[in-house]
Amino acid sequence: MKEFFAMGGYAFFVWTSYAIVAFLMIANVVMARMKRKKIIREMQHLAEES
Amino acid sequence: MMQFIHKYGSPRYYYQWSRGWQKWLAIITVALLAIGLYQSFFVAPPDYQQGETVRIMYIHVPAAWMSMFVYMVMAFSGIVALVWRIKVAEIVIGECAVLGASFTAMALITGMLWGKPMWGTYWVWDARLTSELVLLFLYFGVIALHGAFDDPRTGAKAAAILAIVGIINIPIIKYSVEWWNTLHQGPSVTKLDKPSMHISMLIPLLIMAIAFKTFFLSLLFMRSRAELLSREKNASWVKEIVKEMS
Repeated sequence: MKEFFAMGGYAFFVWTSYAIVAFLMIANVVMARMKRKKIIREMQHLAEES
Repeated sequence: MMQFIHKYGSPRYYYQWSRGWQKWLAIITVALLAIGLYQSFFVAPPDYQQGETVRIMYIHVPAAWMSMFVYMVMAFSGIVALVWRIKVAEIVIGECAVLGASFTAMALITGMLWGKPMWGTYWVWDARLTSELVLLFLYFGVIALHGAFDDPRTGAKAAAILAIVGIINIPIIKYSVEWWNTLHQGPSVTKLDKPSMHISMLIPLLIMAIAFKTFFLSLLFMRSRAELLSREKNASWVKEIVKEMS
């Protein structure tokens, strides 16, 4: 297990790569959801007003 | 062709048919990522030259492929938006730019993190790296133009023109490793000859590549559907959808 995380001495490069890609992918999903929620909330406001 | 574009690009129909696709593509993405990551770490062997750093390839190459694929989708939407004035295509340009910029950033960052231990440097101004960086700036330009006008349709038109002109950069990226002497290695998978990669590495790479593609498509549907609601907020079918949700 320890050997697996060590990545043959390249742990920093391999795990940082995967961490950054994971972060960007998750951020994209969160951003897309937030966009959708925000738009729907705005439109519900608009509907209530009229 | 025109009939097809008009049918699937009509706002109301697009909103309907893309819903199922968005959901199923998300499910497929999760499944493929699970299989792909397992294979990348536990099935694929370390490379005889690169050692364990070869595992960076399983995210670097799919991200780099996507950076170009998304660009082509964006430029194609640009053509559709300019020629047929399809609203959905105008929206897709902007959403592609955001997602494409993310993939380009992923490709650049993972490439740098691989370059340091293997080449001895994070960055070198060779043709492949430089043209990929130009791609990132093209995406930023499209995002900026798309939102720079009070009228979103004018913004989409300006962004479409930049996206179409920028297509020139795609073959430059693709063939940069052949036209110039680059530090970046040549292609191992996409060449006419047999891929020069062992099957135990090729399979996880292709699974990850498909996962990235379904990830992109699912998010593209999600973002464009939301944007479409906002742009069409005065249409009666949108009002009905909003009413049902509250």
